[in-house]
Amino acid sequence: MKFETYFKSLIITSLMVFASLSTFASEEKGEKEAFDPVEFAIHHVLDNHEIHVWGEGEDAFVIPLPVIVFGSEGMAVFLSSEFHHDDHGHHIVEKNGMQFVKNHDKIYELNKGEHHLKYDKEGNLENATKPFDLSITKNVATLILVAIILILVFRAVGKHYARNGAVAPKGLASWMEPLILFIRDDIAKNNIKSGYERFMPFLLTVFFFILCGNILGLIPVLTNPNLTGNISVTMTLALFMLVIQLIYSKSAFWKHIFMPPGVPVALYPILVPIELAGIIIKPVALLIRLFANITAGHIIVISLVSIIFVNQSVGWAGLSVPMTLFISVLEILVAFLQAYIFTMLSALFIGMAVEEAHH
Amino acid sequence: MNNPLVEPSLGLMIWTTLVFLVLLFLLTKFAWKPVLKAVKERESKIDDALKAAENAKLEMAKLKSQNEDMKQEALAAREAMMREAKETKDSIIAEAKNIAKSESEKIISSAREEIKAEKNAAMSEIKNQVAILSIEIAEKIVKEKLGADEKQKALVDNIIEEVNLN
Repeated sequence: MKFETYFKSLIITSLMVFASLSTFASEEKGEKEAFDPVEFAIHHVLDNHEIHVWGEGEDAFVIPLPVIVFGSEGMAVFLSSEFHHDDHGHHIVEKNGMQFVKNHDKIYELNKGEHHLKYDKEGNLENATKPFDLSITKNVATLILVAIILILVFRAVGKHYARNGAVAPKGLASWMEPLILFIRDDIAKNNIKSGYERFMPFLLTVFFFILCGNILGLIPVLTNPNLTGNISVTMTLALFMLVIQLIYSKSAFWKHIFMPPGVPVALYPILVPIELAGIIIKPVALLIRLFANITAGHIIVISLVSIIFVNQSVGWAGLSVPMTLFISVLEILVAFLQAYIFTMLSALFIGMAVEEAHH
Repeated sequence: MNNPLVEPSLGLMIWTTLVFLVLLFLLTKFAWKPVLKAVKERESKIDDALKAAENAKLEMAKLKSQNEDMKQEALAAREAMMREAKETKDSIIAEAKNIAKSESEKIISSAREEIKAEKNAAMSEIKNQVAILSIEIAEKIVKEKLGADEKQKALVDNIIEEVNLN
């Protein structure tokens, strides 16, 4: 364990050093642009159309990913490498009579006859539209990786039980069973009083999905994909919870909202809207908590590594590396904790909705 | 809402939904169902085994107390038998003693009676002998002194009187 974290932080720092050294190399060539840790961090935590392993500009080692967009003339599919590392809306890719440019990792379709993106004074796009983007981005690729890992791991676990029946777990199963039992006994049973079995597949899938996503985000070799720190992903998971909550909600749940017990009728006009808003606020809190925790972890690690490059001195690594190591270890805890909290609160909200009236 | 960090992208949401649903379906089929089923089975198995052990323990305790009862009963029976045997022995001895006593008394009394009869017979024998002796004596006296009748008669009377007195 200790060795792994040392090893990992070593990789983190060496990768960051690689990435940023080449930045400096290009800077020294001419432009006097200072290293901007904010832009670097934000760029990292956002979704990309390519997997940027190291390097900068034309020298970068980048794995291109397929772009799938639906513009004014229909669908267009091409590799992100066709933008030639341009991320500022200059390089135009022509497909099926549509002109696409990439600006800050967003694909835009230029209006007919335009040659580059134009913004008005408020920073709004003037001459381009956003096509419907269904690209395989870095996060979608990570999503698929998470799915493959989970299916491989749990198919093996499931096979162990299917083959041997009700026996003591062995191998991989003995690693996963405590987690599965923890979710069943401490999360599902505790929060969902009646019929918790119905929600076990969802809770287990959500837990392991988030856990796997969180942990993949800590692996620098995979370029730390910020999957579970992406608001679209956490929003989708929270929406799943909300849909399940609403589908399975019992009348007692709604009665509690529209006729809060023990409250004078005069207060209903205030309380009922609050309770109704609560239905939405709960999943929103859920999605923001996961998004903010994981994104914050990524930003902190990058900021700490950036200390070296902001000060332009390797000596700062003496401060930066131990702190990065500390935060990385903490992030392992956060990876488990956030997966647990998301699952636990989902179970709690579902439990509230399916509870029968008995008070 | 211009901050790209908090700007959800519909494409990624669709992909997430798709992948999550596929994952939910496949994992439920291949992992959660068999695992939860096996775990539940195992738990009920363990439960049953524990219950069976508890039952066996109770059964054992019951058997043990039964054995204890039987032992107590056997001990009591032995005690009773011993007591009975002792009583029988005592009564036999007492009876024997009684019989012996009455027997000895009978023997003694019959001996007494015999002795008495013997004594009487001896007495009458002696009397007869005395009578015969007296007659012989009288004969001798008569042979010697047949002169004085008066005297003789008085003497004979005297002798007879004496004999009768005896």
